[in-house]
Amino acid sequence: MPAITHHIPDEMIAAYVSGSLPHAFSMVVASHLSYCRDCQAALGAHQAAGGALLETGDAVAVEAGLKSRVLAALDSHVVPEPVFEAKGIYPGPVIQRLKGRPPRWKSLGMGVKQDILFEDSEGSARLLFIPAGQAVPDHSHNGLELTLVLQGSFSDETGQFGVGDVEIGDENLEHTPVADAGDPCICLAATDAPLRFRAFMPRLLQPLFRI
Amino acid sequence: MPKDQSLSQLTLWLLAVRDQRDRGAFADMFDYLAPRLKGFIIRSGSSPALAEEIVQDVMLTVWRKAALFDPHKAQASAWIYQIARNRHIDIVRKESRPVPDELGEDPATEPDASQILALEQETVRLKHAIAQLHPDQKEMIVKAYMGHLTHQEISSQTGLPLGTVKSRIRLGLGRLRKELKGLR
Repeated sequence: MPAITHHIPDEMIAAYVSGSLPHAFSMVVASHLSYCRDCQAALGAHQAAGGALLETGDAVAVEAGLKSRVLAALDSHVVPEPVFEAKGIYPGPVIQRLKGRPPRWKSLGMGVKQDILFEDSEGSARLLFIPAGQAVPDHSHNGLELTLVLQGSFSDETGQFGVGDVEIGDENLEHTPVADAGDPCICLAATDAPLRFRAFMPRLLQPLFRI
Repeated sequence: MPKDQSLSQLTLWLLAVRDQRDRGAFADMFDYLAPRLKGFIIRSGSSPALAEEIVQDVMLTVWRKAALFDPHKAQASAWIYQIARNRHIDIVRKESRPVPDELGEDPATEPDASQILALEQETVRLKHAIAQLHPDQKEMIVKAYMGHLTHQEISSQTGLPLGTVKSRIRLGLGRLRKELKGLR
C-alpha cells in the first residue's frame, strides 16, 4: 500500500477521542485510523492526555453498595458485543454500519453510485462509487466534508488521493474530483450539510437523492 | 513482561487482572479508579446517578476486556479513559461508536519494556504539566476531553488564545506522539 499523505488534523483526532465529533465524521476518522499509524500515534497521545486528566482530577466518593455490586457481577454471563473487522476493501467501522452485508448501491447517473450508511441531525455518511475516469460533478460545500478513499484513487485541483488518504473540504474548497484510471474509486464520505452540486443535478433534486 | 517497580501501580493492577484474573488487584483498582471516574464524569455535566451507572459499566468493561490491554500500545490510564468515553457515549446515545481496526505490530519496530517505561515517563511529565495549569484552564481542558466543549469553544469562551491554554499540553502531546510512533 502506498504511503498515506493526507491525514486527519490533530484537533479533529482530539475531538474524536473525546467524543465531541459528530457520528458521521467519527466513522471517517475511525476508518482513516484503521490505515494510518501516524494518526494512531496522535490518537494515543490524546488518549494519554485524557487518562492523565482522569487520574489527576478530583475524586468523588461512590455510593456504598457500588463496589459489592460490581464485584458480584464479575462472573455474570454477558453476550459479547459483536466485533466488526475489516472485510475486503472496507475497514471495521464501515463493516459495522453495513452490518456485514455488501453495499446496496443506488445509481446517481453517469455510473456514479452511492449507499447512504448513516444519517442524523448532525450529518450523514455514505459510500460513493465512481468509475475510472469519471468526474464527480463540480461542487462546493455548505459545511465540512471528509472523503476517505477505500479503493482506487481520485485527483482534483488540490492533489491525488489514494487508499487511506482523506480529503477535507469546507466552504472554501470548490473542486472537481476525477477518479483515476484503474479500479473504480470507492470512497467513504461524510458531511454535515447537503452538498451543492453545480452540474447535472439541479439543486431542487437534492432532497430526492439526499446528496 | 517483568514486573518492574517503575511501572505505575495502575498498570500493575491491570496486568494482574489481565494475566491472573486477580480479583484482589481488581478490588484495589476499583478503590483507586471508581471515585476518579465518578468525579470526571460529573464534571462533564452528568448527574451523580448517571455517573454511578457509567462507573459500574466502565469497571465491568475493564474486567471483561482486560485481555485487550497492551501496554506497548496504550498507557493504562489512557486505555481506561477511552473505555470510559466510549461507554459514556454508547449509554447516552444508545449506539456503538465507530472504533478503528487494530493495525498489529509495526514490522519496523520491535517493542520492548524500555519503550513501555518511556511511555509511562512521558505520561508522568504530562500529568505534571496539567498540575501546573491554572484551575480554570484545567477545567476547560477536562471539559474538552470529556467531549463537552470543542477546542474552538474553549478559546472563544475565555478569550484566551488556544496556544496559551494548551502550549504545555501541546508540548507533552508532541513528545508522547513521538514515543507512540516508535511503538506502533
